[in-house]
Amino acid sequence: MMWEILDKTAKENGLVTAFAVVGSVMLVSGVISRKLTFGRVQGSAIAILIGLALAYIGGKMSGGTKGLADLALFSGVGLMGGNMLRDFAIVATAFEVHAEEAKKAGWIGAIALLLGTVLPFIVGVAVAWAFGYRDAVSVTTIGAGAITYIVGPVTGGAIGASSDVMALSIATGVIKAILVMVSTPMAAKFLRLKTPRSAMVFGGLAGTVSGVSAGLAATDRKLVPYGALVATFHTGLGCLMGPSVLFFIVRALA
Amino acid sequence: MKFVETIETVSGKEYIMIIYGTALLAACHLLGIIIGDLLGRALGMTTNVGGVGIAMLLLIIARIYLNKSGHLCATSESGVNYWGAIYIPVVVAMAMQQNVVAALKGGPMALIAAVGTVIVCGLFVSFINRLEPETKAREDAK
Repeated sequence: MMWEILDKTAKENGLVTAFAVVGSVMLVSGVISRKLTFGRVQGSAIAILIGLALAYIGGKMSGGTKGLADLALFSGVGLMGGNMLRDFAIVATAFEVHAEEAKKAGWIGAIALLLGTVLPFIVGVAVAWAFGYRDAVSVTTIGAGAITYIVGPVTGGAIGASSDVMALSIATGVIKAILVMVSTPMAAKFLRLKTPRSAMVFGGLAGTVSGVSAGLAATDRKLVPYGALVATFHTGLGCLMGPSVLFFIVRALA
Repeated sequence: MKFVETIETVSGKEYIMIIYGTALLAACHLLGIIIGDLLGRALGMTTNVGGVGIAMLLLIIARIYLNKSGHLCATSESGVNYWGAIYIPVVVAMAMQQNVVAALKGGPMALIAAVGTVIVCGLFVSFINRLEPETKAREDAK
């Protein structure tokens, strides 16, 4: 009976349950960070890794596509980490932006953004080609997936790709986002992520809001708004260029 | 008695002020999304173009303007700062709902494409950031 009451309470108070669950995960991560890594690995980086592991378990148990959020007990996680609250929190971080810094690095951010759209596309196209895809539609869709996991299906949908190619394209984008989340704190030194300007360059080139926002959060919270400011234009630019310019170029070459 | 009243009114007013900050944040968020949608339509797409980025710019501008005119009090600011502070937990919740199963199932091609992309982009980030004048980096580190 006790379990029943707990279950019902958690389900009826999804968002509140999510706050408690995420808070506990962060508490555990903080302890792991201090006791096991002696502060060398940031607590938030560990929390994100635990989050991804829970997403795997949730996905396996439910068979759905939204990780832990597909389990009724944790459905509130879907709201808490969904696009609405994520974007709301990202916008809030803009309050900490030094306008002068952002303005100074604006042009290099824009260049990084363009590179961050074209380079992944080229890599994606090359890999698709190497794996035997030859038709312009499939190659473009997979290349677009390497930009972000939203650009992939949007582009594929617009140019009429088959559903298995779409799935591959989405998988590429999701793996990229997860790789950026996990590898950014480890590669922070190599990437020279120290200044607002460097975070804007990173935000433009690494793309995917989820990857950039989590990667920077796990590296240096102060840099988050600068990276996010640029990265939020990434999906838009990708969706703009994918089904048009990039597709036309591939079709002309193929 | 009068003293108590004053405190009540003052603190009551302060409690109300906090929603001004959150409402300002919400207004910038919504306006940014709307502009992003309009921009997308203008470019012939159904997707949003940079809505969140535009919302961030709006909030930066609003803050500068309100600071200058002295309309922004500390309590109102905390209505925005809370959401900025809750950002990392939100990102952890976001990690919890990634489609990790599908990502691992994507097979070698998706993996190679993703790893290749991350390496190429990482090299470019590193290269561009090494071009940044060192003096400036040192200033910011302080």
